Formats: sequence, C-alpha cells, structure tokens
Amino acid sequence: MDFKPLRKDTMLLNMGPSHPAMHGIIRILLELDGERVVKADVEIGYLHRAFEKTAENKTYLQVIPYTDRLNYVSPIINNVGYCMTVEKLLGIEVPERAQYIRVIMSEISRITDHLTCLGPIAMETGAMTVFLYMMRAREFLYDVVEHVTGARLTVSYVRIGGVKADIPSNFDSLLKKGIDDTKKCLKETHGLLSRNKIFIDRTRNVGVISQEEAISYGFTGPVLRSTGFYYDVRKAFPYLIYDLLDFEVPLGERGDNYDRYMVRMQEIEQSIRIIEQAMKKIPKGDVMVEKKKLEPYSVVDMSFLGKRIHPEEVKLSPNLEGSEKERSKFIYSSKFTPPPKEEVYTSIEGLIKHFMFYIPTEGIKPPKGEVYFAVEGANGELGYYLVSDGSSKPYKLHVRAPCFHLMAGFHRMIEGYMVADIIPTFASINMIGGELER
Amino acid sequence: MERKEELKKEIQDRFGEFYVDFSSPFGEDTLIIKKEGILPVLSFLKNYGFEFLLDITAVDYLGKKPRFEVVYHLLSFKEKKRIRVKADVDEDESEVITVTSLWKNADWLEREVWDMYGIIFDGHPNLKRILMYEEFKGHPLRKDYPFRKRQPRIELLYPED
Repeated sequence: MDFKPLRKDTMLLNMGPSHPAMHGIIRILLELDGERVVKADVEIGYLHRAFEKTAENKTYLQVIPYTDRLNYVSPIINNVGYCMTVEKLLGIEVPERAQYIRVIMSEISRITDHLTCLGPIAMETGAMTVFLYMMRAREFLYDVVEHVTGARLTVSYVRIGGVKADIPSNFDSLLKKGIDDTKKCLKETHGLLSRNKIFIDRTRNVGVISQEEAISYGFTGPVLRSTGFYYDVRKAFPYLIYDLLDFEVPLGERGDNYDRYMVRMQEIEQSIRIIEQAMKKIPKGDVMVEKKKLEPYSVVDMSFLGKRIHPEEVKLSPNLEGSEKERSKFIYSSKFTPPPKEEVYTSIEGLIKHFMFYIPTEGIKPPKGEVYFAVEGANGELGYYLVSDGSSKPYKLHVRAPCFHLMAGFHRMIEGYMVADIIPTFASINMIGGELER
Repeated sequence: MERKEELKKEIQDRFGEFYVDFSSPFGEDTLIIKKEGILPVLSFLKNYGFEFLLDITAVDYLGKKPRFEVVYHLLSFKEKKRIRVKADVDEDESEVITVTSLWKNADWLEREVWDMYGIIFDGHPNLKRILMYEEFKGHPLRKDYPFRKRQPRIELLYPED
C-alpha cells in the first residue's frame, strides 16, 4: 500500500520475541510512521531444534516422534506425511482400513488446527467468548484423539506400514460428540462473528495479499486459497483415499483476514463431511501392512528359503506411480514392522527378530534413492524430501514447512497497516513455531 | 509421458551445455544440470509452466567430489506436476547464482541453505543466518559437523571436557 508519510522521521519498534502475541519466537522490527507500519523485518530462529540433524542420526522409526513436534496442533498429519514418504521409498501399500483411519484422524487434526487458529483471531479482535467456544469444541476432539492414540498432542500414532492400533469400540459415540459440538460451535460462531460489525471492521481489507504475490512467496493452504487460487494437495495429488471422497475446496476472494477466517470456517465443514463419509465407508480388516497378506514369520522364513512373492501380487497405490517394477521385491524381503508382542514374549525367535528390528543398524532399510512426498497440512503443503543411502538411518530429511513460506511473506501483509492490525493478521495465518523452525 | 519427452528434448536443445541428465526415479521427474545453468534453466522452467517454487535445499555427500548438491523443487499448477532440479556444487567454489529475482520465497530458502550448509548464493540481497544466531560458528547440517557439539552463547559454569 502506498501512502505519504506524515513526518520525516520514523520510529523503530521491536515487537517480540517476548511479546505475548508473537508466541515468544518471532521478532518483528517495525519502522513506524505514527501508528502505521512503513517497513517490517521479520526475524526467526528462536525455536530451532535441529530436527533435520537429529533425523539424520536416528533410525527411520525413531524419527516419527520428532515429526509430532513439527506442527504440534495437528501432529497426525505430520506423522502421515513422514510415514507415507518412507512408504513411497519402500513401495508399500498400506491396508485399506489403515488408509481410512489415517484420513479420519488427519481430518480431525485439521479441525483442531483450524479451531486453534480461529479462536485466537477472535480473541485478538476482542471476542473472548468465541475463543472459549472453540477451545471447548477442540477439547472434545482431543478426547477422541486421546482415546484412539493414547495422547493428546504428541501422538506418534501412524507407523510405517499402517497405524499403531485400531480405533476403539466406542469411537463412534465419541466422534459424534466431538463433531456435534464442533457443528454447534461453528453455528454459534457464525452467529456471533461472521456478520459482526466490529469483527468485520477489524478484519475486512486488513492484511491483504494479492494472488500473484502469494504465489511468488510460495504460500499454500488456506492463505493461498483465501486469495481465490484453487490449489489443494488432496485434489491435485490425491493420496490415501481422498479421491474416493466427495468434498469441496473453499475459496476466498480478496486475501484479507476475513477471507482467511471464512476459508477456515468452511474447511472445517468440509472436513466434517469427509469424516462422515469415511466413517460410513470404512472397511473391516487389519491396520498394519504385513499382517494383511503374510505373517511376519512366514515372510522372514520365506526369505531365508529364498522364496519371493511375485511382484504382480502386490497392489500399489496410485501415488506410487512409476515404482511398480524394480522396488516391489523389497516389499517382502525386508522387514518393516516389528513382530507381534505375543511372539516376542513367548519364543526365542520372536525375541531375536524383535531385537533385530530395533537395533540402530538393522530395522527398516529403504533402497537407495530420493523422494519428495507432500500431504495437505492444515497450513498448506507439508512436504518431506527424503534421501536414503540404503542404511537404517535417513541420509537427509528435509521438511517443506508451509509456515516458513508464510512467514517469509508476512511483512508484505502488515506493511501499510496499523500496529494493532499486526496481531489479528499474525493470528490469521496460524504460524506454528515448531514447524517454522524445525 | 509425451510431455516429459518434449520437455527433455527442449532442455537438451536449448541448454545443451548445462544439461547432464533427465530421469524419473520413483516416478518423480529429476533434472540434473550444471550449476552455471541454474538461473537460465529455472527461468525457462518458470515460463514453461512450473511457476511455483516449492523448496530449495541441499544435500551434503561428504567424501564425494563435488561435495554438495543443491536441490530445487518446482510445481506446475496447470499440469499438476512437480519437477526436481539438482546441481552439483563443490566445497571450494560453492557459489551458486541466486534465484531471488524469479521467486520471492527464494530469499529465505537460500538463507536457510547458506545457514545450514555454507553454500553461498551470489547476488542474494541479504545473505545472513536465519535459523542459527549470528555468532554461530560452522554450518550445522554439514556431515562433518558433530551431532552433539555445543556452542553455548554464555560461558558455562561447569565447562564440559
């Protein structure tokens, strides 16, 4: 936005890192003309935890808990992204039931993430009630997550080759409670905020970013879609069972705070739609890959005997395109799930195999190569770039974090606006520190 | 499939001196070029339809020569395709031309690569550390940087041996 400065001299103001709205990890150096931001310089790096360096020194299985800490509001999506990257390298197709569970849990995570974003937008513009409604709805969804995974935030639920455990028997009733409350919360929020004069005044035409600039800065997810650009990884590169489900991608028009709020509100509705469809369609069966066709024992025994499964018997998912040929032999010749606990505790062979699976030099050993795989995270395209040298540890694991790109262009969303507008704009892009700095 | 061959041929024709390899391992199109060709090839790809820069990163192959590899991921919205562009960079002359003129997010991405690997991006407007602090010595994601090395910002009361 162009405007004429009122005075010749400008003031420098340091916002953060110890400012409560900056999550304690963002420093914005503001050049102010009165109350207007002339120039902003965003500085990050206060929460760098060396995720990538750590991943290079851990086995493939040990990396999963670290991915929880990337976007800690929707950890299951991170788990799914990482595990599917390794699965792409290994060439595994997970059982259908596990795919449905992954989709359902991902969408629950997406809702919790959006609720965590929408609550603060409302709070920063003065609507404390909505914040509390959102947190209440999120709490019911976290109950569902806790019953399924055993933890609320750091879940580590997804495994390479499936998921850790099947959904519990009372899942339906819990999910219904969570979804009903979310729907109620959405309805109340629409009533309280969507046509509220104060809220619209604070968010309409504030924090605007144009479509061209959003693309140039690499924005993805709700922030890109709020500018009216249609791009969703679930639609463009369908993974799991998203191509079998019916859902829409909500778009905005102007790319301002209000559009971002509205896009997220509508995405929650679409996520609920996905969950309801998936719950109807979910098939019975196993949730880990090897148990589906062969027992882990018979697989290892067969590999000792030099027998191999015919590659054509292995069905690959559509997102493993181009990988049918050379890698399918790895599917059954390497072991990528631990033996069942009953075997470990009752037989010496089981114990040996358990040990062989968990020692750092053995375990999952993908073939040499490099893959990039992306899922639609709550904030945009969450991509993993994995380089394997054939050993049991990733040679390199890089995360394409959507927040990083959002923060790279954040200064363009606040330049020209008031200091007080920084806070709602910052809330509306839903910056998550763990993912931003890895 | 045809489109892929077409792209390969066009790059070979136009940038024969920079072209090294074009293949699709794991179903992912990968173009390997010489590092001098990064800017012309990437700007050609941008006009060709890959208008979105997903990511820039590097890989350290310690003990190999050349040591580093700069990796670019591009995305085409129209064709729903991704492409990976790689270029070898040696340790001694680790200057790579910046692509900040093509994409704005390259600014931070290149800063991160410099911070983590020490690859210098020529012509970058503001090449300084982004995730680590200014006083940090070394580049942490290099393979010869020890995993457990510490660089405390204040002196430790009981220094480690």
